Amino acid sequence: MSTPPALRVVEKEWVAWRRLWKASVFQATVAPLLFLAAMGLGLGDLVNKGSGGVDGMPYLVFVAPGLMAATTMMQAAGESLWPVLGGVKWMRTYHAAVATPVGAGELFAGHVLWTCLRVLLSATVFLIVAAILGGVPSLWGILAIPAAVLGASVFAAALNGYAVTQESDVPFAVIMRIGLFPLFLFSGTFFPTSRLPDWLQPVSWFSPLWHTVELCRAATTGTAPSAGSVVGHVTFLVACLALGCWWGVRRFTQALTS
Amino acid sequence: MPGARNPVASAFVSVASSEALIQGTNLSKSFGSFVAVDGIDFRVEPGEAFGFLGPNGAGKTSTMRMIGCVSKPTSGELRILGLDPAVDGSRIRARLGVVPQEDSLDAELTVLDNLIIYGRYFDLPRAEIRRRTEELLEFMQLGDRRNDLVDPLSGGMKRRLTIGRALINQPDLLLLDEPTTGLDPQARHLLWDRFYRLKRDGVTMVLTTHYMEEAEQLCDRLVIMDAGRIVAEGSPRELVARYATREVVEMRFATPEERDRSLPRLAEFGERVEALTDRVLVYTEDAGKVVSLVGDDGLRPESVYERRGTLEDVFLILTGRTLED
Amino acid sequence: MIAAIAVKEAGRRRHRGGALRVVERNTLAYRRMWLAFVTGLFEPLLYLLSIGIGVGGLVGKIPGPGGEPIPYDQFVAPGLMAAAAMNGAVLDTTFNFFFKYKYAHTYDAMLATPLEVGDVARGEVIWALIRGGIYSGAFLVTMVVLGLVGSWWAVLAIPAALLIAFAFAGAGIAATTFMRSWTDFDFVNLALIPMFLFAATFFPISQYPDALQIIVRCTPLYQGVAIERSLTTGQLQWTMLLNALYLAVMGAVGLRIATARLRVLLQP
Repeated sequence: MSTPPALRVVEKEWVAWRRLWKASVFQATVAPLLFLAAMGLGLGDLVNKGSGGVDGMPYLVFVAPGLMAATTMMQAAGESLWPVLGGVKWMRTYHAAVATPVGAGELFAGHVLWTCLRVLLSATVFLIVAAILGGVPSLWGILAIPAAVLGASVFAAALNGYAVTQESDVPFAVIMRIGLFPLFLFSGTFFPTSRLPDWLQPVSWFSPLWHTVELCRAATTGTAPSAGSVVGHVTFLVACLALGCWWGVRRFTQALTS
Repeated sequence: MPGARNPVASAFVSVASSEALIQGTNLSKSFGSFVAVDGIDFRVEPGEAFGFLGPNGAGKTSTMRMIGCVSKPTSGELRILGLDPAVDGSRIRARLGVVPQEDSLDAELTVLDNLIIYGRYFDLPRAEIRRRTEELLEFMQLGDRRNDLVDPLSGGMKRRLTIGRALINQPDLLLLDEPTTGLDPQARHLLWDRFYRLKRDGVTMVLTTHYMEEAEQLCDRLVIMDAGRIVAEGSPRELVARYATREVVEMRFATPEERDRSLPRLAEFGERVEALTDRVLVYTEDAGKVVSLVGDDGLRPESVYERRGTLEDVFLILTGRTLED
Repeated sequence: MIAAIAVKEAGRRRHRGGALRVVERNTLAYRRMWLAFVTGLFEPLLYLLSIGIGVGGLVGKIPGPGGEPIPYDQFVAPGLMAAAAMNGAVLDTTFNFFFKYKYAHTYDAMLATPLEVGDVARGEVIWALIRGGIYSGAFLVTMVVLGLVGSWWAVLAIPAALLIAFAFAGAGIAATTFMRSWTDFDFVNLALIPMFLFAATFFPISQYPDALQIIVRCTPLYQGVAIERSLTTGQLQWTMLLNALYLAVMGAVGLRIATARLRVLLQP
């Protein structure tokens, strides 16, 4: 019985990651928790004193799901840009893998799957610590984990597809800075989107991060505007994921088999 | 002519004509307990092409780095252009052109910018740099690639760019560390042609190589290095005459046993015999005579090849190893 | 004899500009990557907008360095400006510096010319100053436009930013000369991210229990944050001199160490 090709890719990544885990643990798990402590507790104290919390909840409760969604997005981006370019260009491991029964499509799927596993781990750690700190009032909060993974997978798929045909990593930093980072601004991560100027608020609806944040926040607080809104967010993200996968597989095939 | 130096400037540096351009006395370099260069003596005269020939690990690059004033000798004396590198390293480097073994071209700059910025490292005026880069691009046949980045260039082009760059300051002394290693024959011959032209213009060249053909073609004089020491010195012709023979007969045998059986007989036919893993070499002044002796004697080699003696043979006879090892 | 002296004199006059040639090379390289250069400013700007203003409205007023209450955005902005100077300096003196000296052999090429190891180190620090200075300058202009500057002392915020950049550039290249592979760079983030979050950038040091306050006061970024905040709000403290001294020493010592290490690494 042979392992499905996509899982074989996951296995290879696991072997490589095991060697580097000590270094990367910081970026994926400790850094988000530091953000949680600084914003949730330090800044949170100022917010609670200044306006008694946000939308009726202490700032820590408000910001924890926002940070969870945002940091998993950044982690997915980091996993999907440089390592993919490295596989294609610098180490040419991807070309070697494609020469085996693992095809381009499976390579893509395997890599996205691997990223999701890593996000799953860091999201779980984050949620546990956030809960200990008192930022997760509802038991539904456990659903924030799959929500975060779903949101991260959208970015993983899209950025994998982007990175595989790139020639250098110079645009990556630019993409992070003017593409991903601004999403923090209008996705309800640090402050409610209701505080944005009116003309800017509809922009949120197009941000996958906003949908992820809304889902995570609904889960950790146990409240949502309506059941329909939850379904709407999930649908949007799944649609984005499907689009990203279709595009990603095409780009992988294009880059590795031509 | 790109290689032509400003005669006024070089007059300042070329001291009395009896003084060598480079003088190394009992020069040594160690890295911890590893001795890379072990007490070598050598002189390089102005205007000559001088070579360090030897296999990998012989200490050639370490010697070049000392001459290039980027590595301090562990012991011994070194004088370049009449100056002491420990004191006047910067001044000496201003008169050197260096082509290192590993390309150190700037991948973030275009071909043209690589030349320009290198000229700026020598603090040359910008107008002067522009004039020289035009000449150098033409000399190195890179004119149509001037606005390209370095990465997509072929190995031969990159090496030409590195050499062109080394000439931007019209150096008195050009240091070439394995200049044609890794290049295809066409690229190699183009470079050799450029080196001839520079030699004609009076540029002193010091080069290291493990290609005996390169040493024979380019060098007026050379030293053969092995394990950090100099084992022979002279012009290519002198070395072959002194240590090897005019001609060599190479033979291959079907089996090692047959080869071993033939060795004592072969030793009588020529002046010397060297048995390699795959061939036997018989050194003689007259190859034709040896070949007929072999035939008369009933020995049956699988192949017989006559050629003249080379520096490779000199090295083999002196050290028992080939240059390729 | 006379000839040798003439060569030496000519050489000495040229030698002084060595570090600037290194800067020249970086400007030439960044001419092609100007977008990457420009977007480096975005991060502190986005923090200013999202946390300074977006969250700021929820915070209201908090005590400034001198004790007087100031709006939250005026509190956060100088902290982010100090962080901008830090980031501007650190990027090129760590990741890019490592790549250039270890893989691209950029400095080997330079050292085959009259340039010396000291020129390389000083040149990269000067470049970091320029980069950090440009980022901070642009950030200060933004602050003025958004009405976040409360005092004419803010004019000194740029020189202060250069001092911050100098400190981190020196420390950056020194630290990088000890790194052996890319994974070591996570230690850089290990130092930068906690400092960015906790060195009184986003909330006053008084939020901490006394024991932690001492630790925060010892961090390099805090020195910069304290100076910038005092300058832009006009609430000056005599301790600013100590902050400045700390940064100056950090930069100078880093530069010294880096020069010595580079000599060992590039000219063994």
